[in-house]
Amino acid sequence: MEDAVAHGWDASRAALPAWSLPKDAVDRIALPGDWPERVTREWAWGGSTGRGARVCILDSGVEADHPSVGGLETAVVISLGEDGEVIASDDTEGDVSGHGTACAGIVRRLAPECSISSVRVLGANFTGSGAVLLGGLRYAVEQGFDVINMSLSTTKKPFAAVLHELADSAYFRRTVIVASAHNMPVESYPWRFSSVISVGSHEEPDPFAYFYNPSPPVEIFAHGVNVEVPWSDGRTLTVSGNSFATPHIAGICALILAKHPELTPFQLKNVLYLTATNVGGGA
Amino acid sequence: MTARDDLHAAVAAGVVGSEETFRALLGAIVEVARAIFGAKASSIVLLDEETDELVFEAVVGEGEDSLLGMRYPAGKGISGWVLATRTPLVVEDVHQDPRFAADVARDTGYVPKGLMAAPLLHGERALGVLSVLDRPRASLFSLQEMELLGLFANQAAIAVDLLLKARRAEKLLAGADGDLRVVAELASAVDALEDERREAGMRLLHELSRMLGR
Repeated sequence: MEDAVAHGWDASRAALPAWSLPKDAVDRIALPGDWPERVTREWAWGGSTGRGARVCILDSGVEADHPSVGGLETAVVISLGEDGEVIASDDTEGDVSGHGTACAGIVRRLAPECSISSVRVLGANFTGSGAVLLGGLRYAVEQGFDVINMSLSTTKKPFAAVLHELADSAYFRRTVIVASAHNMPVESYPWRFSSVISVGSHEEPDPFAYFYNPSPPVEIFAHGVNVEVPWSDGRTLTVSGNSFATPHIAGICALILAKHPELTPFQLKNVLYLTATNVGGGA
Repeated sequence: MTARDDLHAAVAAGVVGSEETFRALLGAIVEVARAIFGAKASSIVLLDEETDELVFEAVVGEGEDSLLGMRYPAGKGISGWVLATRTPLVVEDVHQDPRFAADVARDTGYVPKGLMAAPLLHGERALGVLSVLDRPRASLFSLQEMELLGLFANQAAIAVDLLLKARRAEKLLAGADGDLRVVAELASAVDALEDERREAGMRLLHELSRMLGR
């Protein structure tokens, strides 16, 4: 938050839902004016370790004691009660597939000092997994994480409207949802929504290489092919898929938000755009 | 007969024996997937929603003699994740880690060096998982291969949808006191005849239909 204070940003201003702007309120929404003439990677996250930023891994759980994960702030598993209410209980199972651990490890590699939490929405059984996914996202948004990594999607249309509403509410609450684009030509959510940052893969080996896509819906391409990752039971594997490109961007978002906590998701997207390898040249 | 019964009979004509055809189609898809990738094995597992299990429906290469019909829990392992998240996944160098190998062995029946898995998606539903095991490690995995895997998975999903529809129709027929099944078998038998025998069969059916008061 030190930088936030330096920028003159006041958290109480975030609570101003300006449906309209009276004349005498103009001064109260004055924004930090010290953006550089050119936004560089050095400005965006130079010197940042991610310290202070809170990242949530919405996935299969995370193995907290894997050396490449380095501990978790919290770990919960989501289930549904008899009336469909969302229940978040302490998760002691770790990771049921290994995938969540891989995502956490990638975030940790990029933002070594950020806080990582796990919200497990997979593993109990397959049936009803869409409703659990929604419940997990709702829980994560309510927790006020800075970044939610969603390396998964649902194809169920009935869930799309609720997911959309959740994605928008996260966007306005300053929680950035970073979501995997689908590798196959199918309709799935939430990555298609403009209030999230959608991520596909490129084939470069550089974890900090990312490209802005001028032809959305996929907005960013990141390192997602032949990625070395931690897996459950202390293992390490080489994997490919958009679901591994996504935590690279989640990690970079954590670096940026740790240094500039005043940024809204809208502004953060701009910073990502301006510092993309094919835009700012990776400078 | 009511319009609904007519529909049943029409469906039945196409259903009897179609399970074998669609299974053969699935077999052909895994065969081509294996050949195109130069892989050692390929398989398709389908979700049994009633038991929350994945069932091997088509296998070619390693394990093809023993895996068909085998089941394992849908919630865990690699294919469980692929199915639940509807997302493809590629893992290399599996064999270097015996603990990972246990996961893969549960999913596939043997321990490959690497595997690619993609969900079989049809509309909103995730029907199962297509796996391709042990592509040659002459080069690093590429996005082109990921796209190809997706194309095969789409094709397989269409075939699986047909198979599942045929199974539902078969189940419906089996539940119709056997009456409808006789009609279906008759329709199917006549449909399989050729030339004069087919004409004679059709004449017989028309006569039967007339005698029964239609």
